[in-house]
Amino acid sequence: MLNISDVLETINMIREENLDIRTITMGISLIDCAGDDIDRVCDRIYDKITGKAARIVSVGDEIEKEYGIPIVNRRVSVTPISLVGGRFSAEDYIKIARTLDRAADALGINFIGGYGALVQKGMTEGEKCLIESIPYALAETGKVCSSVNVASTKAGINMDAISKMGDIILQTANLTKENDCIGCAKLVVFANVPEDNPFMAGAFHGVSEPEAVINVGVSGPGVVASAITRAGDCDLSTLAETVKRTAFKITRVGQLVAAEASRRLDVPFGIVDLSLAPTPAVGDSVAYILENMGLQKCGGPGTTAALALLNDAVKKGGVMASSHVGGLSGAFIPVSEDAGMIDAARCGALTLEKLEAMTAVCSVGLDMIAIPGDVSAATICGIIADEISIGVANTKTTAVRVIPAIGKNVGDEVTFGGLLGSAPIMPVSRYSPEKFIARGGRIPAPIHSLKN
Amino acid sequence: MKAVVTVTGKDSVGIIADVSRECSEWGVNIIDISQSVLREYFAMIMLVDIDGIKGSFGDFVDGMSRLGDGKGLRISTMHEDIFNTMHHV
Repeated sequence: MLNISDVLETINMIREENLDIRTITMGISLIDCAGDDIDRVCDRIYDKITGKAARIVSVGDEIEKEYGIPIVNRRVSVTPISLVGGRFSAEDYIKIARTLDRAADALGINFIGGYGALVQKGMTEGEKCLIESIPYALAETGKVCSSVNVASTKAGINMDAISKMGDIILQTANLTKENDCIGCAKLVVFANVPEDNPFMAGAFHGVSEPEAVINVGVSGPGVVASAITRAGDCDLSTLAETVKRTAFKITRVGQLVAAEASRRLDVPFGIVDLSLAPTPAVGDSVAYILENMGLQKCGGPGTTAALALLNDAVKKGGVMASSHVGGLSGAFIPVSEDAGMIDAARCGALTLEKLEAMTAVCSVGLDMIAIPGDVSAATICGIIADEISIGVANTKTTAVRVIPAIGKNVGDEVTFGGLLGSAPIMPVSRYSPEKFIARGGRIPAPIHSLKN
Repeated sequence: MKAVVTVTGKDSVGIIADVSRECSEWGVNIIDISQSVLREYFAMIMLVDIDGIKGSFGDFVDGMSRLGDGKGLRISTMHEDIFNTMHHV
């Protein structure tokens, strides 16, 4: 039987603490769309996406209304396009990007992910063409997101791919410089990429996934921050318990929405991603959670420990609330998408190096960070290699989504609007890794990858 | 199937009557009501049975919300499962 305090707690979470479902993402396999003729392939891709996901927006609206829980985004992820395109040229791949964008427009979704490649061990000719097409594809389209997996704990780090991605990121920034280099906000470089991630820009439909699947990403930093405030001056064990209980409740809503979306769309349920995903709205910030724990400012000493506690408690609370947990599952720390992170970066409390340390204990990595536009490709490669090494050595996902702000420098800001937010340009070390990056080759997999 | 209707806003004469009438017109049966007024602030939570609803549940949600808008009240109607799944293992 329902009791009044439970009802009021739920309503308060939604109305006052920004509890929402961040995304319902339908993964769609495009493997059966492959072929020799680019125009036929594009037609098949368009028809399959708009057919399978035809009702994703209306079903999302229905669930939102009936359960009273806001569902912020409806999205689609597809098979990595390099696997569908095979031997197509870069120009042909751009046609596929335009097709994906058109399909996203037709569906009324805000992003479509999967324009990418898995090259942790090496690149095929087709994958090279796709990667070379990324800057143009992202500049020409509005909704297409791209991700490239350059390393895994099992395969090691493909430094040739990282070396290529440094240039690709700079090129993407240059081609979209009129819009604050927004192309780079839609491009992620991964290590140990999950194949069922519902969040953009890194979502794609993995090769071992079924024909179609529903994955759901929950949110709720505001709810956790409020729970911590209410817990008062308790010790850290009690604080961890508070976070666990709150994460359980948040995730249960995610599970409910995922099961309901799966039933109504007649598409199997995949996973719930337990991530705490912030938005630029005040009161929906992971940084503020850390500050509510007792830090004067996010980024100061103690931040990594507080984040480790938070991330662990979110997983422990969430895992029992869902039948299948997957994706990235952890706390996100994207600078431009988190009001508290933006504040901390502006006042100098939060630096690139501290963010790198933080990524060792939470999900994803260096995310939505604006850097000076005059950094070299080698420096970007060095940033990627460092971050990717943390993922490979710790058998976890890490990623880099940096935005070289062309024509801007430390003290300036970039503004993307909406959920992508805005970011101050953060300083980057000027010491070059150029010779190290130029060596190329692969960094071998760590010894603990040999588990058999 | 049950739903939870919450009504909040400035107190005035006839709120319960208006909400009950709307439920009745939709064929929605009121099972339980909890209501209080703190100073001038009215708050009510109703558990309703929607098995005999005339029309879709989504339209009922909109209808209740519109009723609230016209009277300066905030009325939200939510399927009971969101509360059950969040608070019961």
